[in-house]
Amino acid sequence: MITTSSAITSTPRPASTTPVLEVDDLTVEFRTPKGVVNAVNGISYSVSEGETVAILGESGSGKSVSVQAVMGILDSPPGHITNGRVLFQGRDLLTATPEEQRAVRGPGIAMIFQDALSSLNPVFTVGHQIGEMFRAHRGASRKEAKEAAVELLDRVRIPDARRRANAYPHQFSGGMRQRVMIAMALALDPKLLIADEPTTALDVTVQAQIMDLLKDLQRDTGMGLLLITHDLGVVNEVADKVLVMYAGRVVETGTVDEVFSDPSHPYTEGLMASVPSVEGVSTRLRPIVGTPPDLSRIPTGCSFHPRCPRRVLEGAPPGKDCDDDVPLLLPVGAPGRASACHYREEVLRARSTAAGV
Amino acid sequence: MGRFVARRLLLTIPVLIGATFLIFAMVYALPGDPIRALAGDRPLAPAVQAQLADEFNLNDPLWLQYVKYVGDLVQGDFGTDFSGRPVSDTIEQRLPVTAKLALAAVIFEAVIGLIAGILAGIRRGSWFDNLVLVSTTLIVSVPVFVLGFIAQYVLGLKFGWFPTSGIGDGWYSYVLPGLVLASLSLAYVARLTRTSLAENLRQDYVRTARAKGLKPSVVIGKHTLRNSLIPVVTFIGADIGALMGGAIVTESIFNIPGLGRAVYDAVLRQEGAVVVGIVTLFVFFYIFFNLVVDVLYALLDPRIRYD
Repeated sequence: MITTSSAITSTPRPASTTPVLEVDDLTVEFRTPKGVVNAVNGISYSVSEGETVAILGESGSGKSVSVQAVMGILDSPPGHITNGRVLFQGRDLLTATPEEQRAVRGPGIAMIFQDALSSLNPVFTVGHQIGEMFRAHRGASRKEAKEAAVELLDRVRIPDARRRANAYPHQFSGGMRQRVMIAMALALDPKLLIADEPTTALDVTVQAQIMDLLKDLQRDTGMGLLLITHDLGVVNEVADKVLVMYAGRVVETGTVDEVFSDPSHPYTEGLMASVPSVEGVSTRLRPIVGTPPDLSRIPTGCSFHPRCPRRVLEGAPPGKDCDDDVPLLLPVGAPGRASACHYREEVLRARSTAAGV
Repeated sequence: MGRFVARRLLLTIPVLIGATFLIFAMVYALPGDPIRALAGDRPLAPAVQAQLADEFNLNDPLWLQYVKYVGDLVQGDFGTDFSGRPVSDTIEQRLPVTAKLALAAVIFEAVIGLIAGILAGIRRGSWFDNLVLVSTTLIVSVPVFVLGFIAQYVLGLKFGWFPTSGIGDGWYSYVLPGLVLASLSLAYVARLTRTSLAENLRQDYVRTARAKGLKPSVVIGKHTLRNSLIPVVTFIGADIGALMGGAIVTESIFNIPGLGRAVYDAVLRQEGAVVVGIVTLFVFFYIFFNLVVDVLYALLDPRIRYD
């Protein structure tokens, strides 16, 4: 699963240090008749210009909800942002007026979604839907918008763009539809592109084409890319930095190389053991036992402790009881790395001892 | 599209034949002798009776009567009623009245129903949504003749806002009957629009529209509404046909000389030619408006192609 393709380099490019997006202690809950669902519980991260940050997590880990909150398209009710700041180029979007937020969506932050068929409006041509960006934000005429749309379709390498601009979404293949979504998102040269599982609905060869395209476009424009996925392979290929989410919290963060080759959280460790490795010795795959927690009843202490093979319950040192004390996201190993495990140092050390280093 | 319309028009022929034969047979099966009924209490000379029966083909078997009738019909001859008046004259005189009433009803149905449905759909759970829910339930559960009498008594008689009877006041006379005729469909349209809009607001492409930074009015008015209206347009279109034929009760309450009243009177007098002629027209309108709906459907939703 984790492979390096020749077309995509996994070496982190020197990203500019100006943060486009800073998320600070974001907390989102859903108030349902059955009770409160704590979807996102205080996550913080930043994305710089030209940088690719991946948010990795299982379904139900809160990764999609967290970016919907950033984008300001959370369904409310039932979703409510109860705490935190979302700084776009230094300005807090959560305290901005709806009109100011709207002006950021499109020219500032753009987003592409998992299922391009249901995410495009079935009753308008793709040219019209792309052109709408120019009409809504730049007051372009119908004709100018159409021309710009054709140019964009050409830029995302859709053949015969002029004719295809008049086609409807259902007349495109899955990969071509995702290209249309990308063209639409890139229309106004956003500073940040959020891609919510952009390749999950596509077959593997098309996945690679779409990721290639995204990387090329990012290189051309210098935008930040925030990638939401559960696909370890995609993260490994394109991301600079990774945030691993579990039960609405970030459990580990660092560069992709560090986190993937040497996890410091038992959950990340479990993820790595559950996928086959091309380079590694063929060993039995070990799944993570148990199921992800119900977000309306998150376990006390460390939310991963019921499934954790390294948990310490009896006789734990004060403040490090896994089913009682919530572990904070604290530095570990190389600078910039962090892990939310009471025993993060031990996790790192245990494996290097076992490997005989 | 052209081939689809042509095929649908061809299909109307067997439907019309089946419908006219059924109606013809039912009128034939009515008990009593229409010629005796026409004469009332006065005695009728047997010779006259025989001549009339002969003139209206009443001595022929059912199938022969029907064939003769259809033979005339395809030549544009709707036949005459027992008083010798061409049925086509009756239709010519009464069709505009019924058409105006149906038009008034459709306008009320579409305008009030859609606005109520859209506002309720956008603000689900608000007091307005609850008001729409309660009032539409009330309308649907009360029979239309009760509603008609109440409207006539309260709005027409007590307050004197509307004329209570006849069509002497031009378009204004159609307002109250139109509202009563539309009431049931109006409630359905409001409910249907509300549900459809609420459902479409949860669609992924609506989320996309918001992510594009479009104004809320564009997100709802353009991206949500167009899709939500597809089932509503289907309903309204099919309903036009039903409104034209289903106005008998309303036309009776408000004493409006439309086709519905004409059919009702003709049934009482056992005038087969009149009943069959007008009902055939109703069937034709129903089929026609259904065809219009199917064509509209393809225009509203590009995923639907008939060729």
